[in-house]
Amino acid sequence: MTPMPTGRTAGQLADGWTNPLRDPRDKRLPRIAGPCGLVIFGVTGDLSRKKLMPAIYDLANRGLLPPGFALVGFARRDWAAEDFGDVVLKAVREHARTPFRQEVWDKLAEGFRFVQGSFDDDHAFDQLARTLHDLDRVRGTGGNHAFYLSIPPSAFPVVCKQLARSGLSAQDGDQWRRVVIEKPFGHDLGSAIELNEIVNEVFPEDSVFRIDHYLGKETVQNVLALRFANQLFEPIWNSHYVDHVQITMAEDIGLGGRAGYYDGIGAARDVIQNHLLQLLAFTAMEEPVSFSSDELRAEKIKVLNATRLVGPLEETTARGQYTGGWQGGEKVVGLKEEEGYDPESRTETFAAITVEVDTRRWAGVPFYLRTGKRLGRRVTEIAVIFKRAPHLPFDATMTEELGQNALVVRVQPDEGVTMRFGSKVPGSQMEVRDVTMDFGYGTAFTEASPEAYERLILDVLLGEPSLFPVNQEVERSWQILDPVLEAWAAREDGPDPYPAGSWGPDSANRMLARTGRTWRRP
Amino acid sequence: MIVDLPSSTTSAVNRKLVELREAGGVMALGRVLTLVIVTDDGGSAEQAIEAANAASREHPCRVLVIARGSRQAAARLDAQIRVGGDAGASEVVVLRGYGPLASEDAGAGMVVPLLLPDAPVVAWWPADAPAVPSDDPIGRLAQRRITDALSARNPTKAFEQRRSGHVAGDSDLTWTRLTHWRALLATALDNPPHEPVTGAVVAGEAVSPSTDLLAGWLAVRLGVKVKRSPSTAGGGGMSSVQLARRSGSIELLRPDGRTATLRQPGQPDRMIVLSRRGVPDCLAEELRRLDPDEIYGEALAGIGLVSRGRSPVNLVP
Repeated sequence: MTPMPTGRTAGQLADGWTNPLRDPRDKRLPRIAGPCGLVIFGVTGDLSRKKLMPAIYDLANRGLLPPGFALVGFARRDWAAEDFGDVVLKAVREHARTPFRQEVWDKLAEGFRFVQGSFDDDHAFDQLARTLHDLDRVRGTGGNHAFYLSIPPSAFPVVCKQLARSGLSAQDGDQWRRVVIEKPFGHDLGSAIELNEIVNEVFPEDSVFRIDHYLGKETVQNVLALRFANQLFEPIWNSHYVDHVQITMAEDIGLGGRAGYYDGIGAARDVIQNHLLQLLAFTAMEEPVSFSSDELRAEKIKVLNATRLVGPLEETTARGQYTGGWQGGEKVVGLKEEEGYDPESRTETFAAITVEVDTRRWAGVPFYLRTGKRLGRRVTEIAVIFKRAPHLPFDATMTEELGQNALVVRVQPDEGVTMRFGSKVPGSQMEVRDVTMDFGYGTAFTEASPEAYERLILDVLLGEPSLFPVNQEVERSWQILDPVLEAWAAREDGPDPYPAGSWGPDSANRMLARTGRTWRRP
Repeated sequence: MIVDLPSSTTSAVNRKLVELREAGGVMALGRVLTLVIVTDDGGSAEQAIEAANAASREHPCRVLVIARGSRQAAARLDAQIRVGGDAGASEVVVLRGYGPLASEDAGAGMVVPLLLPDAPVVAWWPADAPAVPSDDPIGRLAQRRITDALSARNPTKAFEQRRSGHVAGDSDLTWTRLTHWRALLATALDNPPHEPVTGAVVAGEAVSPSTDLLAGWLAVRLGVKVKRSPSTAGGGGMSSVQLARRSGSIELLRPDGRTATLRQPGQPDRMIVLSRRGVPDCLAEELRRLDPDEIYGEALAGIGLVSRGRSPVNLVP
């Protein structure tokens, strides 16, 4: 029986028009964005130079941007249009993934514009509006514009108001206007709701694209392929076989130079609320009915709604702050000595929490989420740790070195999947020891797989929302995390110190030891 | 690392591969496919290996190169194993067969023991290909057969053979070179006004299999009259496509072989880089799809529906 098609088929557009040149069987044809332009606010920032500009060039180089694409920079800097071009060129030369091709650059650079002004300057936004109209006329951007707010959230209200006032947010007929925002999406539930209201006042929710760059990564999307395209894993992906899950995002770098953003925010808000809870959603969610963005989001929201903290919080959570010392052959300072931080800072640089997912599939399986700066090495991974075999027909001595089976999705770096299981040690004795089986996208191949930002920017321009969390997910994530933040704030002692280059404070180990478990060393 | 195994056998090659893996762990086991390259011994073999090494960064694979030596020589197999830095992200085994070992059947016999278990097999003829690739001894081992009519000594004849001998699983780089063109045209139709196309003209060099193929694709997909015309442009290959619609034509023009202009009624001209694609790029795309390309098969069949125009199309840049 042929399943009934759900929703639109490939090539079919909203008004029922079917593009005769598209065919679902034609898998070679990439989707190129339609005529459009991108406006970046905060174009002088780090993210813009290191990620956005290179990603735009890489997209152009891969032929995925429309002919006539326009890039408009908006910043306070007093630049001429050429200066802006030079800055982009430098960023592209330094950070682009694909080789530099002069002819691609020349065509792309023709669409660059720069508008100088501050966010409260009506005149500058009128100038921006004129620039975009002019681009529609000269470059044929067709009135389709995306606004990338690479700016602190405190500036969102004024920029959104300005966009509305200058008529830039108004969409009519075939034209679209979209807004792209980056984390942090607030600092607790209340502020997140407020922020969503401010943005939604100007842009309807289906025009809002919240970037969580982890979701643009191949390995994260591969979690869905691994689970739902295979028969091998899904049968054991539940509380009958899974003992617990550890989701780790560790960085070896410190927080020097980020005081303005980080002090007072801390690791839990910075990483757990968005990245780690999203990774949890991908790991724990039920199979979506289809891979349409609505179905995918419905499942993610369901699993987040079923996620709750495990208490008592003083035992099931941990927080830490790195202290100075030698890390990997380098002398580093502790957070309190980093430039710009309060010497009495109580900001946590390590955070770990325990949650459970209250569904039939996951009842009783703890999910441990941890993140930190200045840890042993830079790694992000999802480790599913399985229960021990119910009966071992071996003597205890034979399996002394046998651990628990594990399946580890390595999100970054060294993307891939590792399976850990027991194997007989060669020799006349029966002795079982842990071995690993490895699938690697391999460090050598990453040059071929697109950067997360490439994928995400293209999806914004195509209007493809699957990989962007909606406000409901954001608000629910805060709801999960808020009690932890409140409990920590209420305590008199600050975060536990841990030496730079270690895997976090002792309290993190105690939090697992209370149930007889230990953290994996990633 | 390059290991030469002169006057060898495939079992010796297999033993050496395992030995190398055990000795240095130089080869990972995560190979997703075996790519068999069939070529004549000489410079073209090296070019093909380079293209395969580049493609292997996206598709880690084992590359088996059948480099056919002189048929007059005495029977001998010279093998060479390349791993690590000399092989990109692949492991390359070059098999130089002489005398009776330079024949097609013997080539297939040398390949079989070296195929990766379970992994798909892709055969690639970088230059001249058998008349019916799916009937070739090596072609029969593969589920995907890649040819390149344009690199054959006689492109017109090679392309005719592709048309007459096509079976599912075959593809030709003349089709791969069209992907950007096709994507731009499809995207142009994605955008309003959503009107039906009433006719099309495709122009290019007199001998340009890709141009014929694009015309065939449009004829099948659009179900309208499609004309294939010569072009005055000097850029080589494809030079223009015109899709007629009620409100005016969509035109994609590439007079110089490098930069294209997209022209639509009521809109400014838009320029985009549309260079001819290199072989490594094309090969990487081919290896992305290991299932039969039905659209290509339809486009080949569609060439019969295309009418030939005599008067050249003038490109006004």
